[in-house]
Amino acid sequence: MSVEVRHIHKTFGAVHANDDISLTFADGRIYGILGENGAGKSTLMKILSGFYLADSGQILIDGRLVHYDTPRGAIEVGIGMLAQDPLDVGPLTVLENFVYGQPVGPLPDWQAARRRFAELAERLGFRLEPDMPVERLSIGQRQELEIIRLLALGVRVLILDEPTTGISAEQKSVLFASLQRLAREDGLTILFVSHKLEDVLELCDEVAVLRLGRLVGTAVMPVTTGELVAMMFGQALAPPSRRAATPGDTVLEVQDLFMASERVVMRDCQVCVRAGEVVGLAGLDGSGQQLLTRACVGLARPLGGRVLINGVDMTGRPYRDFLAAGVSFGAAGRLEEGLVAGLTLAEHFILTDAGQGWWIDRERGRQIAEERIAHYRIMGRPDSPIETLSGGNQQRVLMALIPPAPRLLVLEHPTRGLDVESARWIWEQILARCAAGTAVMFTSADLDELVTYSDRILVFYAGQVTEVPDARSVTVDELGHLIGGQRVGEEAGR
Amino acid sequence: MTRSSLLGQRALALGIGMASIAVSLLLTALIILAVGASPLEVFNKVTEGIGLTPTGLDMVRFSGVVNFWIPLMFVCTGLLVTFTAGLWNIGVEGQMMFGAVCATWVAQEVFLPTVVQVPLEMLAAALGGAFWAALTGLLKTRGGVHEIFGGVAMNNLANIFSIYLISGPWGNQGGQATPPFRQETLLLPMSSEFRVSAVALILMAVVFGGIFLALSGTRWGLELKAQGHSQRSALLLGVPVERNVLLAMALCGFMAGLAGSVRVLFTYGNLRPLVSGGIGFLGLLVVLLTGTRALWAPPIAFFFAAILGGSTRLKIALQLDQSLAGVVQGILVLMVILANGVRGRLRGRHPAQAPEPSASLEAEEAAIHG
Ligand SMILES: Nc1ncnc2c1ncn2[C@@H]1O[C@H](COP(=O)(O)OP(=O)(O)O)[C@@H](O)[C@H]1O
Ligand SMILES: [Mg+2]
Repeated sequence: MSVEVRHIHKTFGAVHANDDISLTFADGRIYGILGENGAGKSTLMKILSGFYLADSGQILIDGRLVHYDTPRGAIEVGIGMLAQDPLDVGPLTVLENFVYGQPVGPLPDWQAARRRFAELAERLGFRLEPDMPVERLSIGQRQELEIIRLLALGVRVLILDEPTTGISAEQKSVLFASLQRLAREDGLTILFVSHKLEDVLELCDEVAVLRLGRLVGTAVMPVTTGELVAMMFGQALAPPSRRAATPGDTVLEVQDLFMASERVVMRDCQVCVRAGEVVGLAGLDGSGQQLLTRACVGLARPLGGRVLINGVDMTGRPYRDFLAAGVSFGAAGRLEEGLVAGLTLAEHFILTDAGQGWWIDRERGRQIAEERIAHYRIMGRPDSPIETLSGGNQQRVLMALIPPAPRLLVLEHPTRGLDVESARWIWEQILARCAAGTAVMFTSADLDELVTYSDRILVFYAGQVTEVPDARSVTVDELGHLIGGQRVGEEAGR
Repeated sequence: MTRSSLLGQRALALGIGMASIAVSLLLTALIILAVGASPLEVFNKVTEGIGLTPTGLDMVRFSGVVNFWIPLMFVCTGLLVTFTAGLWNIGVEGQMMFGAVCATWVAQEVFLPTVVQVPLEMLAAALGGAFWAALTGLLKTRGGVHEIFGGVAMNNLANIFSIYLISGPWGNQGGQATPPFRQETLLLPMSSEFRVSAVALILMAVVFGGIFLALSGTRWGLELKAQGHSQRSALLLGVPVERNVLLAMALCGFMAGLAGSVRVLFTYGNLRPLVSGGIGFLGLLVVLLTGTRALWAPPIAFFFAAILGGSTRLKIALQLDQSLAGVVQGILVLMVILANGVRGRLRGRHPAQAPEPSASLEAEEAAIHG
């Protein structure tokens, strides 16, 4: 099934999110939709999948004009989308979710549904336990479930909006293999939205690049990274330079930490982070990194061991005590942990401004918000509700909320979901604080990021923590093997 | 979006609001017809009931409405605080009852000049209500018990406790009520015409104004708003979430206690079972309708007070059950909620996240603070 969009326009207030976009997608091919954060990719895809109605423009399927204004309408014409943020479905199981996502009567045929589900999962190489509650699934597994659900609905055009954000490398390769199979063997049209060049280069047959709401070019693979970057940003970016650090006193010291979650038990974890140092925590999701970061900011209680900040034992103390001790924390989920949907930008700055008295000085709040907006190049106004900002801009707000010189900065996936330029910019901010003596500890699933910015790297594998002997010379490839469970030293014999 | 389409949306929203009121009136009329009465007659009796007569305003009856409105507004004021903080303070009924019990204790056991006596009673009621609410708050923050469950339990406890007092140590009227309080312990009406307590009315206005300012202008109000939207994010932004839960609950209980004191010191002049009379639940309804738009609370609360006050006339005049008022209320609420839903649907494909109190984070919170 081929899809064509003609002269699509969509505005949000003053923002022209889609400005006269015309594109054609043929069946059996995988298209990359590339562009930095806020380029208008999600908007175009939401129009195609019926979540938004275009202000003007046409959608044609196999040359025939179609009209719909709901996601259901889109699915009826054969277009289905995996949203950027998977919908939360609470305590239902995988199978229940699958069944209730279909048009069923009051008494669904569970046996048939189970067979159909298993069949689809098998074919795509997804390992999903039908009776697992959906809330226990990882982001990647939820995507797999959603793909199966859409396919069962007979979708012929599959749209994926930033699907590689927040999933492991392993899940990514399963996903890519399944997408390729769907395109090559079943002739589906795949639209793959991303701001990550390497994903698009690896997977796609053709690419369309958006910038500031406009289509700036299309290309058929192969193209070079340089060409794509030039299209995305209008210029080529130089790779970030690596700094030399002379670490100061120990800021964070973790002794014999013993913690457990549903997925992993971590014993005898020893960590030390010094002022001016960047320590990267590598590992597959759920290997224990998050237990460590949460314990170091007072959001999780260790079962044993001690956490010292500047030599003071803070084990088991609440989050606010850590804040008072000069610890700053940036969590992975922006709107779940960190920003308050429903509050404006200015209100966020008022809440975190120690200079505000008990009676709010709104004018001061507005001024500070404007300063930060300018300094952190946030696309938004002081009175913009935070949830209307794009992901990249939300990340910038999170950075702007971190005080200028914390003693310890703990970050989870600081650039997840950001385009190359925004990620670089975030790191400039982190490194500037580091140069001022802040100790930094961060988790990331992006090996490049870990290798580029860490002075030391700790690898987490099933709760075991090992330090990479020479983080400054480790390659992405070597790190990848360590994360997969190979022990330090073994890679030499490979 | 263009200016004209914005205007169009406004008009649409207004239209939907009007339509929902029209539909609820129509439904009410149908129900009245179904029970074999004349809607017009009922309307007349209700307006008569609130004091609107062809010859002018009947002050005595009108004061009945105001007297219902005052404790309702105390409750609404308190509930605005908990609602902003994302808390469902179902326990507000029990807080009223316990406040009433405390006021009764002072009225019966303390003998002071009226100018000291009455304020002391009201203070005791307020503190009692605050204490009762704080218990529910503690159950939530320390015990991980959701405030809805805690609140229901505390409502029952307060009810049983007051019944025990009435039928046991404090009662002498066959378990129906305590003996009437002495004249010096009561709140008194302004005049024999307008039978409303000036003290209660003024205090209510002051308290409502104060809470309105606190919620809209202070850092604490902003903190509550933040944690009402996302407790987790607020915590990470450095808001003392747990302390604010307790404070918000206690403050709401404080108001509920005041409402309870008005019921015993003015409405009844003694303590009886279920002295709260459903005002707490009605307050929840009002705040549910106004959301965080505090300024809407007084008129909506007044409207409910009028319907309820008016309907007491129905029973006498038309032999209709006064629970009809409850039916009308229910229909109205349904319609308003429905209208909100319709508006949300028409507004766009992207349904805005409703700023409703969320129940999802308690477990996590409990886990964090262990
Ligand atoms: N629902 C919305 N309301 C207001 N502005 C929006 C909305 N959705 C997107 N935008 C704005 O439109 C622009 C494009 O956003 P989006 O399509 O999400 O970009 P991308 O997916 O490429 O990062 C951004 O400036 C964003 O802030
Ligand atoms: Mg997007």
